[in-house]
Parts: sequence; structure tokens; C-alpha cells
Amino acid sequence: MPSHLSHLRMLEAESIHILREVAGEFARPVMLYSIGKDSSVMLRLAQKAFYPAKPPFPLLHIDTTYKFPEMTAFRDRICAELGFELIVHIPREAREDGVNPFKLGTQKCCAILKTKSLLDALAEGGFEAAIGGARREEEKSRAKERVYSFRDAHGQWDPKNQRPELWNLFNGRTDKGETIRIFPLSNWTELDIWEYIHLENIPVVPLYFAHERDMLVRDNLLIPFQQDVPLLPGESPARIICRFRSLGCRFCTGAVRSTATTVPEIIEELKGVRWSERQNRVIDLDTEGSMELKKREGYF
Amino acid sequence: MEPQLLRFTTAGSVDDGKSTLIGRLLHDIHAVYEDQLESVRKASRNGLDLAFLTDGLRAEREQGITIDVAYRYFSTPRRRFIIADTPGHEQYTRNMATGASTADAALILIDVTRGVLPQTRRHAYISWLLGVRTIVFLVNKMDAVDYQQEVFEEICRQTGTLREKLTGCTVHFIPVSALEGDNVVRRSDQMPWFAGESLLEYLENIPLVSSTGISGLRLPVQYVIRAGEFRGYAGQIAAGSVRAGDEVLILPSRQVTRVRSICAMDINPEVAYAPMSVTLSLEGHFDIDRGAMLASRSNPPFAAQRIEARLIWMAESPLRLEQPYLVKHTAQRVCGQVTRLISVCDVMTLEEHPATELRTNEIGRVEIETHRPLFFDSYADNHRTGSFVLIDPISNHTVAAGMITGSYEQKNFRKAETVLAGRTLWFTGLSSAGKTTISHAVYERLWAMGYKVELLDGDTVRTQLCKDLGFTEADRNENIRRIGFVADLLTRNGVIAIVSAISPYRALRDEQRARIGAFVEIYVNAPLEVCEKRDVKGLYCKARSGNLPRFTGIDDPYEPPLDPEIECRTDKETLAESVDKVIQYLLAHSPQPMTLVWQPEQSHLALASAGMGEP
Repeated sequence: MPSHLSHLRMLEAESIHILREVAGEFARPVMLYSIGKDSSVMLRLAQKAFYPAKPPFPLLHIDTTYKFPEMTAFRDRICAELGFELIVHIPREAREDGVNPFKLGTQKCCAILKTKSLLDALAEGGFEAAIGGARREEEKSRAKERVYSFRDAHGQWDPKNQRPELWNLFNGRTDKGETIRIFPLSNWTELDIWEYIHLENIPVVPLYFAHERDMLVRDNLLIPFQQDVPLLPGESPARIICRFRSLGCRFCTGAVRSTATTVPEIIEELKGVRWSERQNRVIDLDTEGSMELKKREGYF
Repeated sequence: MEPQLLRFTTAGSVDDGKSTLIGRLLHDIHAVYEDQLESVRKASRNGLDLAFLTDGLRAEREQGITIDVAYRYFSTPRRRFIIADTPGHEQYTRNMATGASTADAALILIDVTRGVLPQTRRHAYISWLLGVRTIVFLVNKMDAVDYQQEVFEEICRQTGTLREKLTGCTVHFIPVSALEGDNVVRRSDQMPWFAGESLLEYLENIPLVSSTGISGLRLPVQYVIRAGEFRGYAGQIAAGSVRAGDEVLILPSRQVTRVRSICAMDINPEVAYAPMSVTLSLEGHFDIDRGAMLASRSNPPFAAQRIEARLIWMAESPLRLEQPYLVKHTAQRVCGQVTRLISVCDVMTLEEHPATELRTNEIGRVEIETHRPLFFDSYADNHRTGSFVLIDPISNHTVAAGMITGSYEQKNFRKAETVLAGRTLWFTGLSSAGKTTISHAVYERLWAMGYKVELLDGDTVRTQLCKDLGFTEADRNENIRRIGFVADLLTRNGVIAIVSAISPYRALRDEQRARIGAFVEIYVNAPLEVCEKRDVKGLYCKARSGNLPRFTGIDDPYEPPLDPEIECRTDKETLAESVDKVIQYLLAHSPQPMTLVWQPEQSHLALASAGMGEP
């Protein structure tokens, strides 16, 4: 009998343990579903954790309505196939007010469409625990996160005063209004995610694979061209073979030049890559420590 | 072979260069992305401050310190690594312990210009307490002392008394310069006198050892999965392994059943082992909730409501005795209180002293009572079932990390368990058949399992209780009756009495069976020729030469049992097989599965034998 699990199976066992703790300890948890690769892995882990039953919590998607159409289509197809309950929260008021990154800048746009929407949706649903797919490897303030991240009544994270978290014993105690964010993928790297997608044959949004696309080249970033993106003077789209390493809103998600059209090709590409996966996320580049600031306000 | 995971932590005093070291390690193996490096370059005041790679919080960068654990990930072709870079300030000790609790190895930095500091000792000791068994002292800033061998060796000497406390631990020293990269990834040209590996090489070769010394199954039930008629008990295996068809003990109900299957989404696996997350379906219907435990029947965990533990106290306010705390242990959360503070550890000497208060960042030994029994092993034997945290039910804060070292008998509990266990094991057979050997081994096994057990060996009894008796038939009968009388008293009081005596006459043995009731007759059987050949005590030789009249088997009859509960053929089976036969019989014929009571004296002994003496 092998005495040690492979690192992927070790990560899998750890994440399933976390998901079951959440189901066992909280009356009303919810799983944030963002349609991306990490969410896809999280769905598979949730499926495994509660098989043959369905996960005892709904999925929640904060739909800023600026997502790629491929993402929305994928979301609806997968959730229907799995038979999981899906709540889609659309910040209608903000959209009617015409909130967009061109008008307000990315920071404010994110604060309204993502952070505030998330807090609203959690309050509306009465959810006291929200499971998210954030990984510590992604970004320097996420590297400081606990698996169970305590948030005060305003959804705020206090990185200087986190609960000690020893072994696999999590403290999920909260008072009314306070919430816990749970990160079952804390210890996974981008490479682990893709290797697991390969191992388990998990479907992902086609945007992750290289294809010739209409793109705008802006400040060294490749921004997908759509009819509603205002063009800068003299700017015109170009056909570029590229893929997305990380998915968010269309306006703020850059692509990378790549020819990787399959999961094994992506894995090979990642082994030699010199740039982090969030380098093309416009929202991270606002100011130094911008993720930490957003998290303090209630972002994931 | 698929790569395996090694988790390590960095610790040491403030400014010993922990974050710089991690930064250097990641930088030199090219595990830092260009954009991250660019952001560090922008944030650095002069040049490239590698510490900023892990000090990611704004406050950390502003103050140039580490406040909380940062986790970083990297891999080499041989291994995947998870680093927990932990803070050096005493006020953030709780965060250091968070990082060390899951680590396989600890890197403790020592600034060569400052030597061994109180935090060095505290961190090494906490790492050791938390079960880290590979500690690497990195003597850092060697560049500041011109890479002198003598200075390095002096620092190694300073750790002498500290090292003595780290029993069972592999301790290693590497001279490094995190700033310059010497001996971090590449071996240094500056220190030709150091023949050892670089830090990275060393990390790649640390043997991965399992954190459990327990082979019996421990599966804390986290969640019950219901789908139609299906009931599945879900949890992460904390120790041991399980197969479909295995017998399991259900705690706290103490019922026994078999595993129907290990359920998985793809193919149901034949076998599952720690640390897999699994779902088991069982034969029969049982009332099992979150917090229950499925365990091996022949090697179950301890169960008690009074335990002894070491606490790392993490709250701002000191420990309050007799106040309610929540004890989170495996998947259980029970109310409890600390009833006694036994001692507190002095970080300078690492000795324990009686104390009246346990304050922030101190390590104490305490006695805890819980409202419901915990099912546990000692932390030394298994981290998962031996660890717990205390939560303040008012503030909701995690106030302490606990490691179970032993337990106290709890009156009601003990009564319920061990009265049922009381019985007499009567080993009969020719001289030199193997009675003493087997009965002693059975005694050891039962004692180690936590039973109250007593040995009545014929030879010993004859030097004490029966020293007035000879070897006539009447005296022999009297000898057996006295032994039977004592065995009966013990059995009635919940003790397992182990009798080892030739006891050649069937009628006398049957008389003892009738008197005692809970009587297990074990026929230790080997042919006379074999016994005579063994002649352990030289008695056959004496008897054959006529110097020992009425010797059983030679000139006095041995009447073998007609229907013994157990027969051990010592000429055909090994000692281990014979002992297993006895233990298996006991387990199978227990009116209720036997659960164990563990006494503190025993636990201390057990810890000492596991290389974890009392610090």
C-alpha cells in the first residue's frame, strides 16, 4: 500500500475535507461560482465531496453582465448538466446607472459591480459562509489568507488580526452579521489546477484555449475587441492568436499570446512561463497593494 | 513517479532574514514571475528587497516586518514545496504556530552576528512540540562575518542545550547568506570548508515520514450523506486504512458493523488510507452524526472526558480556569473547561515550572474536562486525533492550540467499560509448553491497549501466596484453589486476570471455571518430547534422573482440556500467532466492544518510549 498520496490527490483530499467542514458547520453556506478554471475544479471537488448526493449548498454567480458570452453559455450548460442549484445575482441598479470602467475607472467599477454586489447577494440570501476559489499563489495578499477567512459585519478583512488556524481545525464561529469566506483551493497553484483538470478531464470555458481573436493592443495588454468597447483615437483591432489565462469582465481581462490549444499544451506552456497569471488583470494593476485594499472592503 | 509534497516553515527572531531567505530561494530557482519581481523592485527602497516577495501586506512593507504567515509555492523536478513564511515577533507567535502545525520541516534562522536568541529557542521548541521532526538551523548573514568557519561553529555550539530538548528530531546546520545566495540554492564558493548540501538540495532529500504511529483506522465523521436510501459517512482518514468488508467500531455508540463499500464518483476503491477523504457505507442502520468516529475494532482510540494536554496560549487575556471554552477536536465541538494548570514552560531553560497563570504565547501543561468524551490518540502518536483548539464562546476567538499528552480515568466511564472487560485467562499446559511466554506477551498487549490487567504466574505465586505448599496432590489442589480465588476477586473488579499454571487436573480447572464464570481456558499444547527437549528450567532432566518426584508428564498425569476456548499449538505456530489468537478471541467474545481507558502514568511511559520524554 502506498504510504503517501501524490501531491494532486493530497490537495484533493484536503479541499474535500474543507468543503465537508463547511457543509457540516454552517446552516446556510453558498459557493461562489465565477465560471473560470478554478471554479470548474471547485465544482468537481464539491461533486466528489457529497457524491452520490448533490452539494448541500447553492452556487452563486455575481454577473456584472460584462462577462464574455462564452462564459455565460458555459455556466448555464454546466449547471444544467450537474443539476446544481444556481443563483445569478445581477446588480441591476448599478447597470441602469451605467456603471462601467470607462466612465468610473476600474477601481470604482469593481467596488460597485463586484464587491458591493457580492455583499448584497450574501445579505439577500442570508448566507453566513461563502466558499470561493481564490488561491494563495495568485497574489501577494491572498498569500496571507487563512482557509477560513473571518469578515466583520461589513464584509471587511483585517489581515493584521486573523484567527490562528492550526492543523485542519477551523474556527467558523460568528456572531450575527459576520461571515466567513472559505478557500478550499488555498494551497493549489495554477499548474496544479491545470494538471487536475487534465487528470480528471474537467470541462472548461473555450476561452482558455488559443484561437485567433480580434484584440486591441493597449499598454502591453491584449484586450478583447467588442462593439461596446470605446476605441482610442487611431486604434483598431488586430487578429491575434491568443488565449486567456484568467477570466473576468471583458473590459478588464487581458489575453496572452499563445498557441496552446489543448490542456497538455497549456501545462507545457505554464512550465516555462515567466509571468504570473494575473498580469493581464487590469484591476490588479491599479495601485500597489490594490488586491489587499479590495479585500479589506469585502472582495474575495 | 509522481512528485510528492513537502511542507516547511521558516522561523527565527525578527531581522534574522526569514523573508529575505525565501525571496532568495524563489528568486534563484526562477520561481518568481517577472511582473511580481517588477512590483517588488518598485516597492524596494534601494535595489531589490527580496523580503517583499513574501511580505505582501502594506503594513508589512511599511514597517519592514512580517505580521502573518505567507504561503508560497514552488516545485523542482523532484518535489512540490509549500513554504509557510512565519513572523518573528513574539506578539505574532500564534501565526508562527499556525505555519508550523502542518509543516514537515522547520527552517530556523539565526543571525550569525547576534547568535541564539530567546525567539530562536521558542520557535525551535514550538516547532518540536507541534511535531516537526526535521529542524534545520540556517546560520544566516555569513557574509557579514567574512564567511568564517569558527564563527559558524561557535553558533552551532550555542544551540547545544536547546538541541538536547529536541528529542527524536533530526537537527541540521547550514551556513548561508540569504542576501548573497550562498548555500541557498547553490553551494557557496565562499565557504569551501563547508562540505554539506545547499539548503535546496537538503530540502529535496528530507525523507517524508508519516505523522502517525498508528495503524488502526481513525475516521472522524464530518458529514452524513443522504441520497434516497443511501447513507454515507464522509470524512478524511486520520490514520490507518480501510477496506470493504472490514469490521469497524462506531464511537460513541460502541456498536460494531462492517464496511459495505467505499463510495466514490468513479470506481469504488478496494482500499482507502490516510489522508484520503472518503465516504463509507456500512452494513445495518445506525445513528451516526457529525462528530462520531469510525475506528478499528482491535486498535481503537482512547476515550475520556478528562485529558492532559499542552497548550500554546494565544489570546491576549490569560487562561481562566473553570470558565467554559469550546474544544474543537476532529469533527467534534464540545464544551469543556481547563480544570488545572499543571506547569508552564520557561522558554530560556525549556524547563517546566508550577505556575498560577498562563499568558499570551506561553506554553503550559493543563488538565481539561469535556462535557462529552473525546476519542483521541496522543499527539505524539497521531497529529489529527491528538490535536485540538480552544475557542472562547463569547469572543469567538481561537485562544489556544492543544496537543493531547494523556488522560485521566473518569470514574463513570471507567466503570462502564472495564467491568465488562473483567475475566480470567487461564493458561494450562505442560512445563516448558510456552505458558509463561504467551501469557506475558498477552499481558503486555492488553496493558498497552489500556486494560487493567494482572498476572498470576504459578512460579511466582509459589514463592509468595503459596510458599507453604509442596507438590502432593492435596497441595497442588490447594495451590490452584488459591490462585482461582484471587483471579475471581480480580475478575469481579473488572481486571483481566492472567493465570499461568500447569494446573494438570481437569476437575480442579473446571471448579475454577464454575467459581469465576468469565473464564477463558487456553490450552498451551506441545507434545511432551518437544517440551522435554526445550526443558527451559531443567526440570525434565531432574525428573528423569529421579530427583523430582511426581513431575507432571513424567510420573504424574496431565489431563488436557476437553473443550478449551483456545488452543495454542506452540510446536506449530509462532508466538505472535498464539498471542493474536488470544486477543482476537477476546475482541470477538466481548459482550460489548472493549474500549480503552488510558491512565496518565501509562501515557507518560508511552510518550517516553516514543522518544518524547518530558521536557
